[in-house]
Amino acid sequence: MQAFKADTSGFALDTAGLQRLFEVLAEDGYRVVGPTRRDDAIVYDEIGGITALPAGWTDRQEPGRYALERREDNAFFGYAVGPHSWKKFLFPPSETLWSAHRGDDGVMTVAVPERTADKFAFIGVRACELHAMAVQDRVFGEGPYVDTAYAARRSNAFIVAVNCAEAGGTCFCVSMETGPRATQGFDLALTELIGGDEHLFLIEAGSEAGRRILERVPHGTATTEQAEAARAVSERTASQMGRSLDTRGIKELLQDNPEHPRWDDVAARCLTCANCTMVCPTCFCSTVEDHSDLTGQNAERVRKWDSCFTMDYSYIHGGSVRTAASSRYRQWMTHKLANWIDQFGTSGCVGCGRCITWCPVGIDLTEEVAAIRAALDEGRSR
Amino acid sequence: MRADIAKDPFVPEIYRVGSVRRELADAVTLELEPVSGTRPDFRPGQFNMLYAFGVGEVAISMSVGASEGTGFVHTVRNAGAVSGALARLEPGATLGVRGPFGTGWPVAEAEGRDVLIVAGGLGLAPLRPAIQEVLARRERFGRVTILVGCRSPSDILYQHDLEQWKQRLDVNVEVTVDHAGTDWHGNVGFVTTLIPRSPFDPDNAIAMVCGPEVMMRFAASGLQKAGMPAGNIYLSMERNMKCAIGLCGHCQFGPAFICKDGPVLPLERIAGLLAVQEI
Repeated sequence: MQAFKADTSGFALDTAGLQRLFEVLAEDGYRVVGPTRRDDAIVYDEIGGITALPAGWTDRQEPGRYALERREDNAFFGYAVGPHSWKKFLFPPSETLWSAHRGDDGVMTVAVPERTADKFAFIGVRACELHAMAVQDRVFGEGPYVDTAYAARRSNAFIVAVNCAEAGGTCFCVSMETGPRATQGFDLALTELIGGDEHLFLIEAGSEAGRRILERVPHGTATTEQAEAARAVSERTASQMGRSLDTRGIKELLQDNPEHPRWDDVAARCLTCANCTMVCPTCFCSTVEDHSDLTGQNAERVRKWDSCFTMDYSYIHGGSVRTAASSRYRQWMTHKLANWIDQFGTSGCVGCGRCITWCPVGIDLTEEVAAIRAALDEGRSR
Repeated sequence: MRADIAKDPFVPEIYRVGSVRRELADAVTLELEPVSGTRPDFRPGQFNMLYAFGVGEVAISMSVGASEGTGFVHTVRNAGAVSGALARLEPGATLGVRGPFGTGWPVAEAEGRDVLIVAGGLGLAPLRPAIQEVLARRERFGRVTILVGCRSPSDILYQHDLEQWKQRLDVNVEVTVDHAGTDWHGNVGFVTTLIPRSPFDPDNAIAMVCGPEVMMRFAASGLQKAGMPAGNIYLSMERNMKCAIGLCGHCQFGPAFICKDGPVLPLERIAGLLAVQEI
């Protein structure tokens, strides 16, 4: 995907136009993935058209709480973000890296599975999620070694962003400067406008690929009022953030305080269940599993998502490096908000709030950072 | 983003075990030759990921320098499922090899200076290629000291090499054990106790340290007490490692990835982290 500056002059789609967009993408061989309601949550899955969208539903999110509620309108994208992120498509939770065979002569050979990189079209990608993809691009694509399978899936992907019309209770993208408005990293971006009998989507192209697809979808030019209304949507959302995080000096704050008593405090609540790392759209840690079949002649190596909250994660001969919950929580949060900056030139946090919502005991990382900062400020003022 | 890398860094090359030499009760040295093609070049201190068929992969440093032989030499201690499977390999068996990975010992930077090698237990294995390189061009270095600490006399690695190095007049070799029977006539005590009586100029020396983390912490502190600046003390760190290419996250040590920023790191970069429990 090439980076283009978003058009400022917008176009407008109606719901039939949005349906046509799904069809055009499918005609071009994309697997169209978007939000849908399942198991009382809004999740991302392959969907055939607009009828699968969670029309008229929103999500209520607080630390450790997530619930769907009916909206008063029939908005298609009237929710914040759910437990899924797009990483499960670009960086699959389980992927066979290669298989090995041991012949009758005992000699081992290795074969890489034939990979035709999936061609995904993602519908409804939020600004924070665009930033999360950019973060993972740096992790998987810019080191001395490149994850070629990720890179192939990523460069094939067509991205339709949606500007958030309301913020969730655990959102803090404004603090992380990652939203709520999609400004880069998309092929097309939608702003949903709903009121009276009108149900429209302001649409802008962010890439040449986006422009070409848009040409094949019936659309009109947005009126000045519609363009104004779309801008107002993002402004209103920005003012509704459920959380905020003071990021001033956050790298030093965390790196310089590995012995802060707050780590023990949070560890007393943390279940080390790894939920936060599974729902995080940037967490990239993986492990490998080696299997062999009953003949003992065939083996395979499978990469799976892993979490720094497990004991196995840090195991070396003799035991785990991080046995205490406090050291595992410290590793996660210090990596996410501080070490990531040294490693990849960006924070690992995009302010989506998933780790807060999906923590079974409602640990809120914005609160944990604030507590560490407050204790130090108090120490200084004494 | 670079999507044009032809070689998949996750896929191992196949090597064949040429010979197996028993070093200790629980450690062997494997000589590996590529089944096809040639072995890539590498620097002392770098490591490979060795794959035992169907069992898994572990990070093991090369224990003989690249200038000797056409393959890789690895000393493996049976410490778990994978290293155990590797240690049981017999001549002719095949295994997977990915590498070389990571940073090496600062052998070139040590030219013109005194060299201090401090090894604890199996830590001598990753240091041996550096020692070989220094001794092969001995005239380029100042005084050379090799300090080796082991738990007991039966844990001393590469006794044959140690004897040869000891016979040289231009190398100072000291071996110490933590505890020993009455038949041991050498040093007893931790390897750090040998530092104060070793001949080196703290302002013009490079120290290369490898061993258990606690031993390296004490050695680093002993070297600093002797006056060495942290920038001239190098440690080879160890963490869990799954990919060795900076993608799996496991080997993080603060902001450093041990697989690509290490394993060999200057103390000045990690001194703060070394002091923190469970980092």
